[in-house]
Amino acid sequence: MAMLEVEGLHTYYGHIHALKDVSVNVEEGEIVTIIGANGAGKSTMLKTTSGLLKPRKGSIRLNGEDLTQLRAHKIVEKGVVQVPEGRRIFGTLTVMENLDMGAFISKDTQKNKENLDRVLQLFPRLKERSKQVAGTLSGGEQQMLAMGRALMTEPKMLLLDEPSMGLAPVLVDDIFDTIRQLHDAGTTILLVEQNARIALQVASRGYVLQSGSVVLSDTAENLEKNEMVREAYLGE
Amino acid sequence: MNQDQSPWRYAVNIGLIGALTVVMLSLIGMVESFSKRDIIYRVVTMGNTLLLLTAIFLSYLAAKKAGREHAATAVGSAILTAVITAAGVALLVAIGKTINLRMVFINASPVLYQILTFYIGPKGIPLVLLGGLLSGLAAGLLFLAPPSIRKTIITALSAVVIAGVLQDMLRPVIALWGPLAKINLFLFAANGLSIKGAIGLFVVVAILVYVWGQKGSAVKTKVQGLPAGQQRNLKLASMLVLAFILLVLPKILGLFLSEVLTIVGLYVLLGLGLNIVVGFAGLLDLGYVAFFAVGSYVVAILTSPELGFFSMNFWTALPFVIAAGILSGVLLGVPVLKMRGDYLAIATLGFGEIIRILVLSDWLRPWIGGAQGIGQIPNISIAGYTFTTPQQVYYFILAGCLLVGFISWRLRDSRLGRAWMAVREDEDVAQAMGINLVATKLMAFATGAGFSALSGAIFATKIGSVYPHSFNVIVSINIICLIIVGGMGSIPGVIVGAFALVGLPELLREFAEFRLLVYGAALVAMMLLKPEGLWPDVKRRRELHIDEDENVAEAEEATVSA
Repeated sequence: MAMLEVEGLHTYYGHIHALKDVSVNVEEGEIVTIIGANGAGKSTMLKTTSGLLKPRKGSIRLNGEDLTQLRAHKIVEKGVVQVPEGRRIFGTLTVMENLDMGAFISKDTQKNKENLDRVLQLFPRLKERSKQVAGTLSGGEQQMLAMGRALMTEPKMLLLDEPSMGLAPVLVDDIFDTIRQLHDAGTTILLVEQNARIALQVASRGYVLQSGSVVLSDTAENLEKNEMVREAYLGE
Repeated sequence: MNQDQSPWRYAVNIGLIGALTVVMLSLIGMVESFSKRDIIYRVVTMGNTLLLLTAIFLSYLAAKKAGREHAATAVGSAILTAVITAAGVALLVAIGKTINLRMVFINASPVLYQILTFYIGPKGIPLVLLGGLLSGLAAGLLFLAPPSIRKTIITALSAVVIAGVLQDMLRPVIALWGPLAKINLFLFAANGLSIKGAIGLFVVVAILVYVWGQKGSAVKTKVQGLPAGQQRNLKLASMLVLAFILLVLPKILGLFLSEVLTIVGLYVLLGLGLNIVVGFAGLLDLGYVAFFAVGSYVVAILTSPELGFFSMNFWTALPFVIAAGILSGVLLGVPVLKMRGDYLAIATLGFGEIIRILVLSDWLRPWIGGAQGIGQIPNISIAGYTFTTPQQVYYFILAGCLLVGFISWRLRDSRLGRAWMAVREDEDVAQAMGINLVATKLMAFATGAGFSALSGAIFATKIGSVYPHSFNVIVSINIICLIIVGGMGSIPGVIVGAFALVGLPELLREFAEFRLLVYGAALVAMMLLKPEGLWPDVKRRRELHIDEDENVAEAEEATVSA
């Protein structure tokens, strides 16, 4: 049994059928990526998984437990935490206050402190800037903060939405190094990325989403070799 | 405003704005009405002051544009601006002499022209221009003066103007002080300050401000240098002094001012409640007066013998009032949960109107009195002591404000307060942090509504009756404005805002016809000059001054590493 089992998901925005029968599985400790073009439904898929959107049909299970009908904050309590697209840190709070906010659901101060130390070790830049107002951080630092904030509750499963968006290539490499580190430390990750090349490098498996449907799913290695993927997403 | 615009052109532009402003102020009757009150007896009236301040303020802006490094240009453009502004007055007088403007502008009376020309008629026009020139010169020199001197002069002059404007309030108050009542004789003449009083006041305030400017920071460092225990004692002592002042305030201020204080206090209560909804949780609620109405009506229905349903006393009724407030908050909250921003504002506006129309309706008349309202609401009493006069009601409202202020303050730093802040900043992310959006929003509506109902109940017992027209939408707008002016999300800001937007107009009731004009002008000025409010919340300030904060952060880092 996979850790996360998403089955036959149909999500609508009003009348627009954004996800059509999407099924995705993620095994414990795995990095799985969903690649696809703009508007293919990648973010919709993540938002439906994290409960920000409700599917009309289909089911979402974590370790066999049904999450489909739970509201977003309950899903966070179950250990599925999303890093939203475009960072969306709390711009008027300091870095430290943002991280505190990440630990909102946990009342165990001892544990929060451990998690904070862990996050600051992972992102030393955040430690240097802990008192700075988050809105004044650079794009890369904001992405680190968004990830650090999500990690404050020690999630079982991290949903990353376009972590490379709007970042300089060097910073993209930094962020993906961190994703690898998180993976090595045992975090399960579902990664949505437009930058297919780098996504397939860190992931073990991938799904290709096109107009709301999964058109292809395979190991990352095979996807990198796939003719269609090479042409459409790797630009070769 | 174009950055590389030449200072001269800018001076002409705002000079023209100034000319239009003074002409408008004259034609709407503000100058004439204000001229009835002298700031300094037989020297300067409030009307003169209004025009002078307009000219000085605008020419100060012109000087600022030129910059300190071009002293001559700064003074020159300040004079230019002020002269153009004065030319507006001159032109108005000249036109008024040839054409009868009264057909259109009823305030364009001969008296107005007399006032505008220092009571010498058209021959006074050169004098008007000279006045413009001098005020421009004054503004230019003020701009070039070192900051400490500028601050001293501005504060001392403001003190004189304020003392003159509020003379009717200050005189009776000072008269209550027994031996100190002689100050009145020195300070005031028949109408306005006496000349020696004005000079005396100016000198005393100037000395105080100047000395504080020189020694103030030294005192501050000294206080900060004290050991923690002594600092705490000092804090405690100042709290005690403040508490003492608050307790004796009605005795010092007398009946009328105590009444004003109770009104301000009610608005502080309302403001603190709405501050939770708008300031903390970021939900723009324009129908907040509805909960005030609910509180008033519930207390009226439960206590008034006129209706004869229950005739409870205030204290028995209070839990029901709060419960009704909270319930109505939740009732409003549920249908608007998914709305944000403008949509939420419109929906809540509708809710406020629904409640007002309901209490006004003939349908509910047998129970809540329709347009005639409900009377004979008994005063509040504790153990046989009844709060009847404003001076007594003051204590009750003070207690309410302290309680609600304390709760607000504790809530802000609580888990719930953090959830509100997260929802205000970004609803989706708040959910992704595990915050229960529905519960958080409903708690904001319910808490705010509870506070509002409490102030409604106090209002009803204070007035002794409730009428539908007390719950007009303008009350909601007033409360929103005082929160904005004070500083959104800031608890002291609510108090400052209530004094500025509710207290001040109460003191200047004779000029009530210009109240909304001044209100509007104050709000526009506020948004341009100090958008974060008079006493802003730290986080709100960051939002609007994020670049400066970065510098601050860097400076802090620098000092830490050094």
